[in-house]
Amino acid sequence: MSATPLLELRGIDKSFGPVQVLRDVDFSVNPGEVTALVGDNGAGKSTLVKCVAGIYSADGGEVLFDGRPVHIHNPRDAAALGIEVVYQDLALCDNLDIVQNMFLGREKRSGLVLDEPTMEQMAAETLAGLSVRTVKSLRQHVSSLSGGQRQTVAIAKAVLWNSRIVILDEPTAALGVAQTAQVLELVRRLADNGLAVVLISHNMNDVFAVSDQIAMLYLGQMVAQLRTSDVTHAQVVELITAGRSGGLGLTGETGNGNGNGNGKQDSPPTETTSAGADR
Amino acid sequence: MSAAPPTIVVPPVEVPAASVPTVGSHVRDYLARVRGGDIGALPAVLGLIVLCVVFTALRPNFMTEGNFANLFTQGAAVTLIAMGLVFVLLLGEIDLSAGFASGVCAAVLAQLVTLQGFPWYVAVAAALVTGVVIGLVIGFLVAKIGIPSFVVTLAAFLAFQGIVLLLIKGGTNVSVRDEVLVAIANRNMPPWLGWALTLLGVAGYAVVQLLRHRNRGALGLVTEPLAVVLIRIGVLGVLAGTAVYLLNLERSRNVLVSLKGVPIVVPIIAVLLVVLTFVLQRTAYGRHVYAVGGNREAARRAGINVDRIRISVFVICSFMAAIGGIVAASRATSVDANTGGSKVLLYAVGAAVIGGTSLFGGKGRIVDAVLGGAVIAVIDNGMGLLGRSSGFTFVVTGLVLLLAASVDALSRRRAAATGNR
Repeated sequence: MSATPLLELRGIDKSFGPVQVLRDVDFSVNPGEVTALVGDNGAGKSTLVKCVAGIYSADGGEVLFDGRPVHIHNPRDAAALGIEVVYQDLALCDNLDIVQNMFLGREKRSGLVLDEPTMEQMAAETLAGLSVRTVKSLRQHVSSLSGGQRQTVAIAKAVLWNSRIVILDEPTAALGVAQTAQVLELVRRLADNGLAVVLISHNMNDVFAVSDQIAMLYLGQMVAQLRTSDVTHAQVVELITAGRSGGLGLTGETGNGNGNGNGKQDSPPTETTSAGADR
Repeated sequence: MSAAPPTIVVPPVEVPAASVPTVGSHVRDYLARVRGGDIGALPAVLGLIVLCVVFTALRPNFMTEGNFANLFTQGAAVTLIAMGLVFVLLLGEIDLSAGFASGVCAAVLAQLVTLQGFPWYVAVAAALVTGVVIGLVIGFLVAKIGIPSFVVTLAAFLAFQGIVLLLIKGGTNVSVRDEVLVAIANRNMPPWLGWALTLLGVAGYAVVQLLRHRNRGALGLVTEPLAVVLIRIGVLGVLAGTAVYLLNLERSRNVLVSLKGVPIVVPIIAVLLVVLTFVLQRTAYGRHVYAVGGNREAARRAGINVDRIRISVFVICSFMAAIGGIVAASRATSVDANTGGSKVLLYAVGAAVIGGTSLFGGKGRIVDAVLGGAVIAVIDNGMGLLGRSSGFTFVVTGLVLLLAASVDALSRRRAAATGNR
């Protein structure tokens, strides 16, 4: 773990009209690590990510990139810093092939003409760098790919641009068992290649399988950001659903008004077969 | 303090599972694609062959040199409009006003050249500018205001009909007598020029194809087998050569006047076919058109200015309609209230769809419009030769259009079932 986080958010506030969606959120991401961002529906995960990606601008708080304060006002600013987001619905064009999708909006040209050979080579290098060998041809239309392969293409697209932070929004939500494993392996490999990876997920098994840190949001507040090895499955579930767990999490009165928390309710899947907490 | 920027270490290139394609695998791939619902222009080509055989059997004079030349000049205007419509259809939009937009442009042309006495080039320029303006207005209403293109262009369909009437002062028929304008659709090139241009075209195609093949090979990318490239060049050469040979035969029944050569409108279509295909396949703009047609949200997130793309396709469509209108005016040597009206629009949409352009957006090529335009021209011409009433012709053309749209919808379903789309 390096001394300075690559991306650090301090005291981020964000409201939509009267509704305060994010309240004083701190969040940090280190290079070479997978940081999982978890929380129940409506906890503010997507909003937080959109603030980082420049789709929303935060009402208050600081963003530090590489230790320097930066302002991200639109997606272009984020891209310029090397922040790439892979959205849940992938944003791929079915009627284009893999290479065309990976370079969409940023095509290489020589003069007026598209430089297809260069793009195809770069795409091949990137996929090889991620040890992706499941696609038959780079000129295959995305429509003919499986869900896992599509996710792979979307991730490769994000990695292509010397990006430094890749944010993945529920990358395994729609995938089968084998494909999930394949994508998680890819996520791990991104971090091992030195990128900072933010993984948004609902699936605790996935989170424990690949993450180095877990950041938990509860009703717009950052409950805690902990090393994955320091928490158990049950604790995380409790922090997400109740905002605290034993000595961890929000203190006292803060966000617990709606009786949502209140204890053990035999913390859903306590069987914790994940056990992947080897990281 | 800050950590060194991480870089991704890229191991030496290993193209995933690069099997070297052979002619056999190429053919198998193609057949698999067709079975998977990606049929492209296949129905148009088959339809063209079937129609020609049927009409020749029923009316032997269908296959005469004179009639062959007629097909080109008859189909030209519709084909040109269809080429523009491909852009609009690629976005999954529709332009119902393209027919009467061509009428308006033709009326502007006639108004300037005949009634005002301007030289032909001024009139042509004015007609083209009119097309661009029409496209800008429609595109603005669709992209910026957010009215569905169907409604905007339906309104424009009606309004343009009125504008044509206003421009030509009611029901009169404004003749176009300018020599240059009349020549576009009614005169032929000298035979030697036809051969020279054909040679140039085929040689140019061969050079481009072979260079691309060599460049890709040199970079170690997967290339299609050389034989396939050569076959493609050969087929184009034979087709173009045959057509030019037939068009260069004497087709005048009058001994005193010679009538032979390639109609001037043919190279115009050929050049536009090449230019627009280049735009769609080889430029970033064209790629973005496909992207917006395939997944608008993805295109927006990729930083593509979606509104600008949407406006631009309507501009291209109306511009092509203007060219179609000029050709139509030239062929009829006049402009009347019906120029660009009645069946022109449906023929144009039909041409694009029969050729394999999808009504659902994201799929289509410019050459589709030319192939489909040929089918439409053959039907129209053949029905005329059969001496059927125009009512009968309308019904048949409507059925063919419906058939093409069904093929499009069914192949789409098939593709969805086999996971191709």
